[in-house]
Amino acid sequence: MAELSTRFLNMTLSSPLVVASGILGTSAPVMERCAIAGAGAVTSKSAGPEPRSGHANPVAVAWEGGVINAIGLTNPGCHEEVAILTEAKARLAKLGGKLFASIFAPTVEAFGEVARVTAQSEPELIEVNISCPNVASEFGTPFSACAPDAAAVTRSVKQALAGSGIPISVKLAPNVPNLSVIAKACVAEGADAITAINTVPGMLIDPWAGKPVLCNRSGGLSGPAIKPVALRCVYELAAALGPSVPIIGTGGVSSGLDAAEMILAGATLIGVGSVMVAEGPDALTRINAELSDYMDQMGYASLDDFRGKALP
Amino acid sequence: MNSHFHSTNYSASGQGRPPATQVEIPGLFHPFTVAVSRIENPKVRTLIFDRPLAHCDPGQFVMTWLPGEGEKPFSITQDDPFAITVADVGAVSHSISQLQPGQKLWVRGPLGQGFAPAGKRHILVGGGYGAAPLSFLANRLLRDEGEVRVCLGARGADDLLLVDHLRAMGCSVAVATEDGSAGTSGLVTALVQAEVSRGADHLYACGPMGMLLAVWEQADAAGLPAQLSFEAIVRCGIGLCGSCELPENICQKVGIAPGWLVCQDGPVARIGR
Repeated sequence: MAELSTRFLNMTLSSPLVVASGILGTSAPVMERCAIAGAGAVTSKSAGPEPRSGHANPVAVAWEGGVINAIGLTNPGCHEEVAILTEAKARLAKLGGKLFASIFAPTVEAFGEVARVTAQSEPELIEVNISCPNVASEFGTPFSACAPDAAAVTRSVKQALAGSGIPISVKLAPNVPNLSVIAKACVAEGADAITAINTVPGMLIDPWAGKPVLCNRSGGLSGPAIKPVALRCVYELAAALGPSVPIIGTGGVSSGLDAAEMILAGATLIGVGSVMVAEGPDALTRINAELSDYMDQMGYASLDDFRGKALP
Repeated sequence: MNSHFHSTNYSASGQGRPPATQVEIPGLFHPFTVAVSRIENPKVRTLIFDRPLAHCDPGQFVMTWLPGEGEKPFSITQDDPFAITVADVGAVSHSISQLQPGQKLWVRGPLGQGFAPAGKRHILVGGGYGAAPLSFLANRLLRDEGEVRVCLGARGADDLLLVDHLRAMGCSVAVATEDGSAGTSGLVTALVQAEVSRGADHLYACGPMGMLLAVWEQADAAGLPAQLSFEAIVRCGIGLCGSCELPENICQKVGIAPGWLVCQDGPVARIGR
């Protein structure tokens, strides 16, 4: 059976599968369940400076291409989140799972403050969510939309974490014309890794109601519909950034073959999310087995044997 | 997971490539037209729609949407024709409860895991609004020629639901009210104890947490397998947001794996021998 353990930055994960942020909230028992099912790391739902209840219902529906959601960054605020993350980290550690803590904030300065607070829980990584597509009405254009804004947030977070030894991954949006320029700007400010991609802005309209289905009207698409978008982004980033900047390739991975495609495009880790809507955390077990089976069929002993193989 | 929804084979499957995984996902909203609005008690109505809800099990739920107003989850009172029982307890449920024949309600589902009938002698226990899914369950159990004994509890006579309906279906129904205004005075657990003593193959319960835990203890003490339908604040309804996680101490008490999501792993938990 092929070896799924993976080096990522300063750590080794038992599997390249990472539960994506926003899936199943932030709860120690749920994160523990994901690790038992086979996740190498689990990412918490983004927490910000203050508690937020999020958007009104409907907040999410499944459609034939996957899921669309506009939960609206529901979270208890980073101060309360620290206790949850600390508990989650202790439980994950017993299982060999890693904790990735996702943060967001409305301003560059607040990003630094939230990072400083979140660091108290000593996550293995802080994921910097600058690309939520569902809060523009409150927070304005996401920081992921242009390189200077993305770089400023990265700098703020890195300064806040100086001396902590906690690496960061900046989570980018796909709907930009210059993704690698934005990613390079983040790396220049110290981003250790890049997570790509966040959900893709979209809308569903109910023809009988004559209205958008989500209360927020637009939302973020995830699931199988966006896999080609994610693959293209990961491929572009891997080519532009080179092997020294690992990528958490996220978007529509539902099977072991999808995971293999992400690795071939240059991803080091693979985010998994919407497939768990259909299957629950057991999807992680299945994807690990399918990925291992693919590697056996192809004669790959480790993920390094084919990472980035599709690149030019 | 249930295979009740559109099943779409997403991945292209070319020659030499293993078949892609089937990803089954809950569907989108579909409008249903109200045919009958039946008054159950001063706060509660049952909306009976113009057609069946396909492929659903008792204990599953739906998300219902009134465009421009909001969305609420409801358990399924019956599948054919489809019906839900709505208590007027908030702005959105008020609007839904006031729907008149000819008006539409948008429905996605069925969602979650329902009851799995087992054996022939059944005890059904409902607290408050918990009577609604039991009506659908009783219908299925009677169709399969089971013996169905129902224990219903409520605060008072005005809070009882579906008692006559269940009796008309052929169930034996015992009632307890906390204020003594109907049936036995006190909690439903007294009725349950009597039924458990008479013997049964299986117990099914739906209602508030305190009642579920008390009834589970009674079933457990008697060695009776139980299925409990939990209530929770459901937001997305599809296992995405994590809002409806059952508290860990409850999971541990009744012996289900922690991190259990009411909308996806439940609402019904199958517990015991």
